[in-house]
Amino acid sequence: MVTVRRSTDIDAPIDAVWRVLRDFNGHNRWHPAVAKSALDAGKKTDQVGAVRNFTLHNGARIRERLLSLSDRQHALRYSIVESDVPLLNYVAEVALRPVTDGDRTFWSWQSRFQTPEGREAELAKLVAEDVYEAGFSAVKAQVERRAARPATVSLDRATGSELAGQAVIVERHGGADQLRTVAVTAPPPAPGQVRLRQTAIGVNFIDVYCRTGTFDLLKPPGVLGMEAAGEVVDVGAGVRHLQPGQRVAYACPPVGAYCSVRTIDAALLVPLPDSIDDVTAAAGLLKGMTAAFLLHQVHPVKAGETLLIYAPAGGVGRLLCQWANHLGARVIGATSSEEKARAARAAGAHDVILPGPDSLETQLRALTDGRGADVIYDAVGRDSFPHSLAALANCGHLVSYGQASGDIGAWDIGALAANSATLSRPNFGHYCDSPEKVAALTKRLFDALERRVLSVEVGLRLPLSQAAEAHRALEGRRTMGSTVLIPET
Amino acid sequence: MTEVYTSSVIAAPAERVWAAVRDFNGLPDWHPAIAESRIEAGAPADQVGCIRAFRLKDGGFIREKLLALSDYDLSVIYSILESPMGVENYVATLKLTPITDGGGTFAEWSATFDCAPEREADLALHIGQGVFQGGFDALKARFGGS
Repeated sequence: MVTVRRSTDIDAPIDAVWRVLRDFNGHNRWHPAVAKSALDAGKKTDQVGAVRNFTLHNGARIRERLLSLSDRQHALRYSIVESDVPLLNYVAEVALRPVTDGDRTFWSWQSRFQTPEGREAELAKLVAEDVYEAGFSAVKAQVERRAARPATVSLDRATGSELAGQAVIVERHGGADQLRTVAVTAPPPAPGQVRLRQTAIGVNFIDVYCRTGTFDLLKPPGVLGMEAAGEVVDVGAGVRHLQPGQRVAYACPPVGAYCSVRTIDAALLVPLPDSIDDVTAAAGLLKGMTAAFLLHQVHPVKAGETLLIYAPAGGVGRLLCQWANHLGARVIGATSSEEKARAARAAGAHDVILPGPDSLETQLRALTDGRGADVIYDAVGRDSFPHSLAALANCGHLVSYGQASGDIGAWDIGALAANSATLSRPNFGHYCDSPEKVAALTKRLFDALERRVLSVEVGLRLPLSQAAEAHRALEGRRTMGSTVLIPET
Repeated sequence: MTEVYTSSVIAAPAERVWAAVRDFNGLPDWHPAIAESRIEAGAPADQVGCIRAFRLKDGGFIREKLLALSDYDLSVIYSILESPMGVENYVATLKLTPITDGGGTFAEWSATFDCAPEREADLALHIGQGVFQGGFDALKARFGGS
């Protein structure tokens, strides 16, 4: 017998959460896995004994019977009657409890079931993550936004002294579970500073490195994040190029972007042209500046060169494909699924390599008459590095700009002699550590956006308080395009 | 019968919070209203049936009996034998539940009791907000609240 227990804490009154959950025939309106839900004929949604028929987005069908429903206990139980997913003798309970301290809700979702021999762990993970935790996030997105609205009033009243808001902090270096939403205030701007009300925050893999401690940019507890857009609330003495009401964005250290209000050095801010909206700026500034220095400074790409780009459907990868294609390079992507391959081709990749019986380097050489790639943009790290070295053309340039899969480890530089390779390990911070450098990179980027050489795709948009979910999606390679957090105030 | 229910979220793993609250003789270590406590007859503090006698910082003296203790459910149930509050048949439960999403703790503290009808509202407020929420606030300050 497998037992799965998951629970969460929702910032909404229990009645608001229960309204969503007590509808036994409503999952299709909120659960990301459920495409259709229909009750067996003649039954009501709160009729004990009713059977619902789910069709999931992956095509699977599941029939479930309501075993008990209690408005007094805020609880219901159900069993699986028939299912394409082999969950046997499955009985689950959904129960809510009020959190009187803050008028919130504790929600537990648990079940016991049997599985075919050897599939216990796989199916327990599916139930826990794809059903229960995915459901938590979806219901939070529905009910927490409404619960957060009254905060706007007090925030406006606070103008003039401390500006109140919220922030997501990392408590200790570690997993996504180390992220917490806390109340913060932004102090009035000192000379040379401005105070921002942020409207959109970009999520980047560098945030994960800061959270885990791989990059030493943040000493916990502290606020994560490198990138956001918003509006200037007020400016400190000596700030002449910005004024209240102006739209701005930034993408640089010091970390601290995961917040709704922030006081920051004016020199770090870039004014936004009218043609670029806040979400595009937050989704694209850091990734676009990265693409700009990778393609124009680390290796100035020339027409006719062959490029291999890993994660071509991701935030930076997509921009690299678009821009490199425009520059006249031959663009080859390396990704993990047909869906991502389609996204890469749509972004400008001429060919896409998928995992197969042949190694990446063998597939790449087959596509290039045995030559290999002149330039490789690789942010995967440990898992890809040896394949990248093997896939380079003679005198090729391997640009290792990230390590999403883990530390690359120690290598003998003698290995580079196999194809007279050049290796670069650029750090974003060094290409944008002065206002002049930032201005040059953003000018190039805004130009490319305005001429539609580049377009920024936002694949996942979540409330700021769900930053942990955004990190899990990013680390679980479930995102396509950019991920953006929206402050709830 | 009057019922009081107070609950909160504490930003620490349930086993750490449990380590603090399972000690039936440990109230002075974490609850701000309690000055001193001892277990009568030299009994171990986790022996079901033992009696704690403690003094409040405001001078009040209370004796409570441990009715149930569960390291499996992370819950403790106790009754009041003697107190200045004027309650009868008072039974309280303090229970912790892990929150898997984020690793915090859902803490519930509830009680049922009988009292004079005109004192019911005051007592419910004092117990729910003063005793229970006061304890949660102290735990949140110690472990971090959300």
